[in-house]
Amino acid sequence: MTALVEVRDLEKVFDVSAPWLNRMVERLPHQFVHAVDGVSFTIERGRTFALVGESGCGKSTVARLLVGLYAPTRGKVLYDGIDAAEQLQSARGKALRRRMQMIFQDPYASLNPRWPVWDIISEPLREHGLVKGDAALKVRVGELLASVGLAAADMHKFPHQFSGGQRQRISIARALATGPEFLVCDEPTSALDVSVQAQVLNIMKDLQRERGLTYLFISHNLAVVRHVSDSIGVMYLGRLVEIADKTRLFAAPRHPYTRMLLDAIPDIHMSGRARTPVQGEVPNPLNPPSGCSFHPRCPHANARCKTERPGLLTMAGVQVACHAVEEGRI
Amino acid sequence: MTPLLEVDHLRVEFPTRHGRLVALDDISFEIAPGEILGVVGESGAGKSLTGAAIIGLLDPPGRVAGGEIRFDGRRIDKLPYEEMRKIRGRHIGAIFQDPLTSLNPLYTVGRQLIETIQTHLRVSQAEARQRAIKLLQETGIPAAEARLDQYPHQFSGGMRQRVVIALALAAEPQLIVADEPTTALDVSIQAQIISLLKRLCKEHGAAVMLVTHDMGVIAETCDRVAVMYAGRIAEIGPVQAVIHAPAHPYTAGLMGSIPAMDEDRERLLQIDGAMPRLNAIPAGCAYNPRCPRVFARCREERPDLMPAGSTRAACWLHAPEASR
Repeated sequence: MTALVEVRDLEKVFDVSAPWLNRMVERLPHQFVHAVDGVSFTIERGRTFALVGESGCGKSTVARLLVGLYAPTRGKVLYDGIDAAEQLQSARGKALRRRMQMIFQDPYASLNPRWPVWDIISEPLREHGLVKGDAALKVRVGELLASVGLAAADMHKFPHQFSGGQRQRISIARALATGPEFLVCDEPTSALDVSVQAQVLNIMKDLQRERGLTYLFISHNLAVVRHVSDSIGVMYLGRLVEIADKTRLFAAPRHPYTRMLLDAIPDIHMSGRARTPVQGEVPNPLNPPSGCSFHPRCPHANARCKTERPGLLTMAGVQVACHAVEEGRI
Repeated sequence: MTPLLEVDHLRVEFPTRHGRLVALDDISFEIAPGEILGVVGESGAGKSLTGAAIIGLLDPPGRVAGGEIRFDGRRIDKLPYEEMRKIRGRHIGAIFQDPLTSLNPLYTVGRQLIETIQTHLRVSQAEARQRAIKLLQETGIPAAEARLDQYPHQFSGGMRQRVVIALALAAEPQLIVADEPTTALDVSIQAQIISLLKRLCKEHGAAVMLVTHDMGVIAETCDRVAVMYAGRIAEIGPVQAVIHAPAHPYTAGLMGSIPAMDEDRERLLQIDGAMPRLNAIPAGCAYNPRCPRVFARCREERPDLMPAGSTRAACWLHAPEASR
């Protein structure tokens, strides 16, 4: 199988300094956040790669870098062999943009409330000149709505006439309009109730099977990630700490942070099971800890972890960034 | 044991221009002293409203239109505002979803804690301060004495929720109504807060009504659980029974739609459609248009809670044979 998306040493730095005048008067320094700090992974064609992590770990920034909503500070995004990060920022990016689409978290904020569904879904078709003529457009929009389980007649309604789950289906139909190969889904079900989440996840899986779609799926919910993905990357403070296929990650998590996350999930089928209490909180990303950024919360940290930043090493098919795992201490 | 809280056929209505909306109908349950009751359901099912009705904080024009709420044998749903204020905080504590909006940003954490303690208990300023420090220590806040003089914005989300829990426990209430206490927090912090809440309530002997949409949290924390749907209780019973042998088709659907950590399924069980709006609740059982096991009676007659195995469910499938 070939990699459709290859991310190499991706980095994004945001300048979060105070305004110029405050910096001068209050003598404040420039401040930068390394939202994404040297992230590399590949996604095989037709597979689902998931990024998990807590809020502020940089998962959404990776998503936005991949579709070109942000330009990377450093590093490359190769899409089907093309340097996507560069091309998406240039005039030639249009052809590429057609091949990748994004689904956002909040179905209330990501649809224009003043546009009927017809306008929302036909916009990408018209923008890319894929379908000519109103009659043909109507047919195509109807087909797209049908593919996500809505009725063709729904195209004349406005977003407020739909429930959260239905709106997220409209987002999916819009993303599918240009016939993309690659969908970036940023927490597509976090705003939905569980029964509705099941509907949306099922549709996404069906579409992937029918059309051979490739997904980057971003979520903080490990149970959802386990259900949809083939391989998983765990992020902590802008870095990937572990990449493994689904079975390995859930059966034998290597990195202490992955173990901690897995322990933190309340499990409905093991009522009364005592969880390992997770220690501490995510540090301030403005001032991340030295060495391995997880060391202040890690039960296995030693002197080396505090000074030397671990790189991703491949061990038995799993990529882990941890000195303790490398040294065989855990 | 006599129940601490009895909710008896509670009905909450919102008068609107287009008629009265019945947001809660025929809600009945009890909470025993020291017990943790979970209330679970999807958005709009009425779980938070049930909590608000109990602590007497229904947003107008919402009002209790029928039924009774009794606390420690005393009826509290018709109490005048000032009377209810004395109960709220002193006997019934509350924890809300968003720890930032439930703390006053202009007052130090210590001032809010001390004020709460002195409002409800007759202690001196110094004693109240000592109690506040002890409470913060109990909730696992490091350097409690120094933190007392800080403002809420100086605390992280998880730490703020610890402060809110300390506030709720300040006057040693017998019941705590916790409305989605962990929803705004990250998973690793959620686990900390849930185990903290469970431990403290046990130590202080407080009963808890835990409102959440997270079945996992319910499974780990609660003794019994009530599943709500469209303003009514669909099923109520011991946690294990409701999770492993749900009697109501809605509970079964809800459980099947949650991706599980210990089994592989290609597709999740899905409940088609969505919960009806309050102004369009179907006749008969509110769940009948989505129910895979619907039959004629479900469309005509509304089921009350009836014994179903080890739980009680509002479903005609469990009606005694004779009356079916």
